[in-house]
Amino acid sequence: MPFVPHTIEDERIMLDAIGVKSIEELFDEIPNDLRAGELEQTPTSISEMELLRLMNERARSDEVSLSFLGAGAYEHHIPGAVWDLVSRGEFLTAYTPYQAEASQGTLQLIYEFQTMISRLTGMDLANASVYDGASALAEAILMAVRANRKSKSKKVLCAGNVHPRYISACRVIVGPQNIEIEIAGWDQVTGKLDTTALPSGEDYAALVIPYPNFFGGLEDVDTLTDWAHKEGALVIGVVNPMALGLLTPPGSWGESGADIVVGEGQPLGIPVSSGGPYLGFMCCKQAVIRQMPGRIIGRTIDLDGKEGFTLTLQAREQHIRRAKATSNICTNQGLLVTAAVIYMSLMGDEGLHEVAKQSHRGLMSLLDRVIGIQGVELRFPGPYFHEAAVKLPIPAKEVVTALAKQDVLGGFDLGEMDTSLGDCLLVNVTETKTDSDIDHFISSLTLALEA
Amino acid sequence: MLIYEMGSKGRSAKAQYRKSGAITDIPTAHLRSEPAGLPEVSELQVVRHYTNLSKKNFSIDGEFYPLGSCTMKYNPRGVHKAASIPGFLNRHPLAPEAQSQGFMHCLYELQEYLKDVTGMQAISLTPMAGAQGEFAGVAMIRAYHEKNKDVQRCEILIPSTAHGTNPATAVMCGYRVREIAVTDEGDVDLAELKAAVGPQTAGLMMTNPSTCGVFERQIKEIAAVVHEAGGLLYYDGANLNAILGKVKPGDMGFDVLHMNLHKTFATPHGGGGPGSGPVGVGSRLAPFIPTPIVGKRDEDGSDFYFWCNEEDIPDTIGNLSAFMGNAGILLRAYAYARLLGREGMHRVGEYATLNANYMARRMEDAGFKLAYPRRRATHEFIITLSNEAKELGVNAMDFAKRILDYGYHAPTTYFPLLIPECWLIEPTETESREEIDGFVDAMKRILDEAHHSPETVTGAPFTMPVRRLDDVKAARELDLVLAK
Repeated sequence: MPFVPHTIEDERIMLDAIGVKSIEELFDEIPNDLRAGELEQTPTSISEMELLRLMNERARSDEVSLSFLGAGAYEHHIPGAVWDLVSRGEFLTAYTPYQAEASQGTLQLIYEFQTMISRLTGMDLANASVYDGASALAEAILMAVRANRKSKSKKVLCAGNVHPRYISACRVIVGPQNIEIEIAGWDQVTGKLDTTALPSGEDYAALVIPYPNFFGGLEDVDTLTDWAHKEGALVIGVVNPMALGLLTPPGSWGESGADIVVGEGQPLGIPVSSGGPYLGFMCCKQAVIRQMPGRIIGRTIDLDGKEGFTLTLQAREQHIRRAKATSNICTNQGLLVTAAVIYMSLMGDEGLHEVAKQSHRGLMSLLDRVIGIQGVELRFPGPYFHEAAVKLPIPAKEVVTALAKQDVLGGFDLGEMDTSLGDCLLVNVTETKTDSDIDHFISSLTLALEA
Repeated sequence: MLIYEMGSKGRSAKAQYRKSGAITDIPTAHLRSEPAGLPEVSELQVVRHYTNLSKKNFSIDGEFYPLGSCTMKYNPRGVHKAASIPGFLNRHPLAPEAQSQGFMHCLYELQEYLKDVTGMQAISLTPMAGAQGEFAGVAMIRAYHEKNKDVQRCEILIPSTAHGTNPATAVMCGYRVREIAVTDEGDVDLAELKAAVGPQTAGLMMTNPSTCGVFERQIKEIAAVVHEAGGLLYYDGANLNAILGKVKPGDMGFDVLHMNLHKTFATPHGGGGPGSGPVGVGSRLAPFIPTPIVGKRDEDGSDFYFWCNEEDIPDTIGNLSAFMGNAGILLRAYAYARLLGREGMHRVGEYATLNANYMARRMEDAGFKLAYPRRRATHEFIITLSNEAKELGVNAMDFAKRILDYGYHAPTTYFPLLIPECWLIEPTETESREEIDGFVDAMKRILDEAHHSPETVTGAPFTMPVRRLDDVKAARELDLVLAK
């Protein structure tokens, strides 16, 4: 059978050594009536060649030629070196670096990741990552409630234009601890938070600010940050790391910067791949590091005084603290961190800046053209990063289907988030789109609207 | 050497982007005022640096890695290749169903196979790791009691040998934890369990085979005790590899479980993740299953796969990730299941158990003490080095560091906490007899060193990129990022 190396001879020698006659005998402590019969719903084995043929057929049936769909997962160019290196068995098939001496590769690259992502967000420190952007935000909310010394509140104020699936995941994850997520509604005209209409005198543990927001717009992060700090709330920024190649890092928001910053690391060298595996990054100010969940790597020295890297602050973690841990999380997204650290090293400041700029410029070019189509306008005013809501004369749902028939993923139907936006399409452009791709989008959309 | 230390101002991987002019339409207040401070290196420097870092790792591809409770088995390369086909990598998570039938077909079938091997009624693939699967499972238990207005149930029972994630999960789900003792033979203390259950019991979380490396023989009685008290049973699938194709958790009486696909279904561990922790539920918890799951209906005579969301599963606990969990890992698990087939799955449990029992016997013959000598090993077993620690001053950690010098990754050390100076050893079914023999021979040599030159063991490792690290310094003088 596949992947079991035993010959008949091996099996005999091994059974003899144990002193049993058959493998069956090794299961004699299991009550007979618990023994499983045949697996009836599982097909019989196929070969690798057959598998690849099957998977190629299925993958091919899902291919589309052009996509302007973002909404939390963005198609960027991924340098060839990234996944060639990530796929090295030494990265791919290692496990959690508990034996530090035999895991210096993984440990050092996480330290480098912590450095890069902290610098990109303008924060002091970072952890080794959690599952994805949505769960990172949930962990940030839990962390803020624990860390806020000015407030005992278990209530967090969250901008209503944070990714809707992030908000719903956060409710699932923090709800059982009786933490309440109150939504600060977005302004119907601007799509952003109205900084003049924020609640006052309420006690919140934290304010969650998206940057850019789900509609691609840029919030007044300075005013929001200062407001929250004045109210005794911590500030959680949920950001697109690619945007920070161009835009103000959360560490510089307002007078004293955000306290915790999280986001989806997917744009940093990770394919959109049906939603995962991605990586959720988490950064924070020095003052709150002991409330950080998940794995953290520190630099230290060995017996000979030589530099080395190790898991540190483990007293926060489940395998040590059990019921008193900061989280139940056990893994980090190590392999995706590997991709992100290689991506950031290759792109550098200049490369990230260019990708961010060109994505933004591509969007602006598309928006300029799209408003030329009869009945199409921009739903919210800018400034935008690389995504915007386009208002259509017919329901976005119909347009999405019509465009898909032309082999184009035109964007995200915002009616799925808010019924009042049923005629709005959220359109994303990245540096991967050429002028002719945008031409193609415009002509496809024109055709879809005419039909 | 850090990547930062090989940079030079103005250097970069210029093939990866083109240059363009400044942005003028975004207000300055929104623009970054200075560069972040990423490395400034050439493409070759990056490739060489990370290639060299990779060489400082032990991995399954490189070394025997018998880490107990982690199931470090061979991760088939063909599976990785199949999941890395461009059509899968480029599929957007929000692509319409009509453009996603290939991907959804794989996921639907994976759900069916996982139902089959676990004996559960429904599967949700979305949890992104075992710990998130645990969270989903206990959150469902909570939702069930709330739906029944049985809200005084505030306590989760957990055997004292459980993984740390179990109590941490129970607390995240708003429960108190009550530990149940384990007997000298590795079984749950049934008398203590009976005394502990009551109207406050929300459920019991356990692993079977347990973390003691033995099968919990009283499982049916345990299930009856908990169910009679109105609680539900959670199965931590960390050790599913031991019984794959041999016993179905659903038949043992469990109401809900998670599986670790990165263990049992051979998906790569990636240096600490990603994992994938699908949950399975029986009839009681099916209404609460996390979204989305893949459904199938007939459309014009052919199968059409569709997403079941909140509208279809109104009592669902909800979504746990932005999209569909670690989809790429699910594809790998699917591909692995196809290669194994039903006959291969039966053999996973069989040969994992054969290897562990063989290795346990060889270790015993080599002079090491088994923690449960009267029990059958499952897919893993425990030795205790307490005699060596006491008599020779060489402890479990020392042995673990020394075995690295012999080219083997150390087993899990100091877990479960109950057993002093222990090693939890899991060879998995994909290792050959020669590899196991080689490990045992190395251990014999180390035991000899422990007798005759203990400093060779207590000072180990000597051949790794670094020697033992100063963990106290790491925690006291925090250096988590390179200072600018």
